Amino acid sequence: MNLQELKNNRKILTEYSYEKKDLYRGYTDKTLYINISNNEVKVKDVSDRMKEKFIGGKGYGMRYLWDAVTPETRWDSEENEIIVAVGPVGGITQYPGSGKSLVCTISPMTDIPIDSNVGGYFGPYLKFSGFDALEIQGKAERDVVIIIDGKEKTVRIEEAPLEAVDGHILGEQLTNMYGNSESEKRLVSVITAGTAAEHTRIGILNFTFYDLRRKTARMKQAGRGGIGTVFRNKKIKAVVVIAEEVKGNLNNAFDQGIINETGIKLHREMAHLDHLQNNMRKIGTANIIEVMDAYDLLPVHNFQYGSHPDTKKIESKVFIRDYCTQNMPDGCWYGCSVACSKAADNFELKTGPYKGHKVVVDGPEYENAAGVGANCGIFDPHAVLELNFYCDTYGIDTISYGTLTAFAMECYERGIINKEITGGLDLRFGNADASLALIHQMAKGEGFGLIAGQGVHRMKKHFVENYGADAAFLEDIGAEQKGLEYSQYMSKESLAQQGGYGLTNKGPQHDEAWLIFMDMINNQIPTFENKAEALHYFPMFRTWFGLLGLCKLPWNDIVPANNSETEEPAKIQEHVDNYHKLYYGITGTKIDSAEMIRQSERVYNFQRIFNIRMGKGLRKNDKTPYRTMGPVTKEEYLSRESNYEKQMIELGFDLTGKTVEEKIALLRKHRESQYEQLTDAVYKRRGWTMNGVPTPEKLKDLGMDLPELLEVIKPYL
Amino acid sequence: MLLNNRIFDHYRENMTIGDVIEVMRFTYPRLVVKVNGRLIQKSEYNSTILNENDDVKIHHLLAGG
Ligand code: SF4
Repeated sequence: MNLQELKNNRKILTEYSYEKKDLYRGYTDKTLYINISNNEVKVKDVSDRMKEKFIGGKGYGMRYLWDAVTPETRWDSEENEIIVAVGPVGGITQYPGSGKSLVCTISPMTDIPIDSNVGGYFGPYLKFSGFDALEIQGKAERDVVIIIDGKEKTVRIEEAPLEAVDGHILGEQLTNMYGNSESEKRLVSVITAGTAAEHTRIGILNFTFYDLRRKTARMKQAGRGGIGTVFRNKKIKAVVVIAEEVKGNLNNAFDQGIINETGIKLHREMAHLDHLQNNMRKIGTANIIEVMDAYDLLPVHNFQYGSHPDTKKIESKVFIRDYCTQNMPDGCWYGCSVACSKAADNFELKTGPYKGHKVVVDGPEYENAAGVGANCGIFDPHAVLELNFYCDTYGIDTISYGTLTAFAMECYERGIINKEITGGLDLRFGNADASLALIHQMAKGEGFGLIAGQGVHRMKKHFVENYGADAAFLEDIGAEQKGLEYSQYMSKESLAQQGGYGLTNKGPQHDEAWLIFMDMINNQIPTFENKAEALHYFPMFRTWFGLLGLCKLPWNDIVPANNSETEEPAKIQEHVDNYHKLYYGITGTKIDSAEMIRQSERVYNFQRIFNIRMGKGLRKNDKTPYRTMGPVTKEEYLSRESNYEKQMIELGFDLTGKTVEEKIALLRKHRESQYEQLTDAVYKRRGWTMNGVPTPEKLKDLGMDLPELLEVIKPYL
Repeated sequence: MLLNNRIFDHYRENMTIGDVIEVMRFTYPRLVVKVNGRLIQKSEYNSTILNENDDVKIHHLLAGG
């Protein structure tokens, strides 16, 4: 369809002109509010108090969301919002990984706030167009596109009946519509979802960035928690931002020199050390597929096993050799020399509505290959990339898709569901055709795809209620907590990582703490107190990236040459010091590590109380399924029998005469009690009650004893 | 010999750091190796012979995901 035809069918619902506020020390102090129920558009001031307590990014997202909703609000309520916010450092071009947007909403998976950190150009362009954050509330009657034009200083809401819905088509259509030349296209960024976001709860948002060399709009994903489902439920097809220009000093920093200097230092490290370390520039995050397999940490067959002989078929060098294009500038924001956003060009699709099309596939990233690949027993690199492509363009989360498909496959293999229930899909582990058929069903909103697309939490209930499945067994094997699917690491043998998944705010995503090696292999955090310290420090430290608009990868996927000689190599203190410098360079305020952690703690505790307000966020919600803690079945136990027996003997258990079932039960009792003890230690370290509730003293100490927070926690004290 | 504060079951005489890495299948490239607190460079892995009483740390600097 040509662009003129799309345009001719547009109907302008509202047009709003604004005066652009230039950035000052990383902030515009303005938020753009759009209500698509009544087409209201307004610019809100950001107060000093908001800035001081919430910093930006996810902090702003959480605050606005709190103010918008009530405890009764659900994901599809009209008042639910989608907030896209950047932080004060977001949009600088001198330091790698500084272009992230944070997106928050009430999740259709968990019914609590979700936050997702995403690349692409949208966030910085929003800032350069005059806004630190964008709040979208309400529901449109018919499909709309929102256009924030930073050149013209206008905001328009337009009915857009003919535009595509799938991400890769719509991203391209709108980039071409609003960018008349290659250089103009580069100033356009689009948020889209996809057709499967309309029929599942696992919808994502795609954020585009125009790739000049490939001449195409590529996409990064706000993946977790179903934000795309909310987006399509609001009948938003896309949000477009058009920036006036990109320059290195648009943030109007307090001291640009410090930022430049700090950036150059990290660029040098990348140039000299990346090829000796993680090879991010060449491979991206897929570099760890084979590492995880070698250490028995790659999820295989729904998290039953940690490695597989066929992993070599999907290891990173296969993708590099056969699919990914090298020597391309693969940064998802200007100046990112880590450049991990690899892509496969001219990838010919074998199935689905785009069969025969040659497309650019962004990826694979580790999570994709592990989730849609190994965890489902699929070791076919073409199928992995094809599933990766369709997840993105259909607008669904590869992580949830991988975990829920693996769960359905295990249920199928165990006879809990059968072909009659799956509508003929032969969901055996390893059946790539069945997985592809499932994903196409999700996009069409039909068949078993509709059931699976609800996620593991709801599938469990459905199988129990309709097919008489054993509820306790499904609770054990379904890798979800708080309604969100686990991401793709095996936590069975690392108690700290069980906490890294379980004791999180949004659900089991590893972006708070990834401690498997520190704990299981290095044995650096042997006591409960050590683990609790790590489960305090790392989640708080990593929350900070989300407040500032930063990517986590340049922190620890490259390290200074002398890092191993430092006191605590895992913290990568030199890079932490870089962040203090960036914060100072932008805002003019000096911070140290302690203040950095406090900034995060304010927002982290706010989010915890937000969860309580929405009906979760207590100790009972932090329990984890046993599949992620130890062997549920005999086969799992036997696959690591000698390790388990050695462990139990060291713990003083007498195993003589015990059956395998009895040994499994003994181990389970021990591990569950360890998790409880860990929970106690972590809550104590975080300043929470043993029910997981932040105490008034803790809030006071953080300067967060806000009346609305105290009111929520009162009944639990 | 202690490896990462755990008794190392596979110790044999004249074993080097390189041998330990091989036995343990530590294939990850970014390791921080210390023997009795002394940092060992990668170039010394195969020439550093370990004694039965050594306290060996082989830390993987992988903070992941
Ligand atoms: S490290 Fe990768 S994901 Fe992070 S900003 Fe750079 S290119 Fe984007």
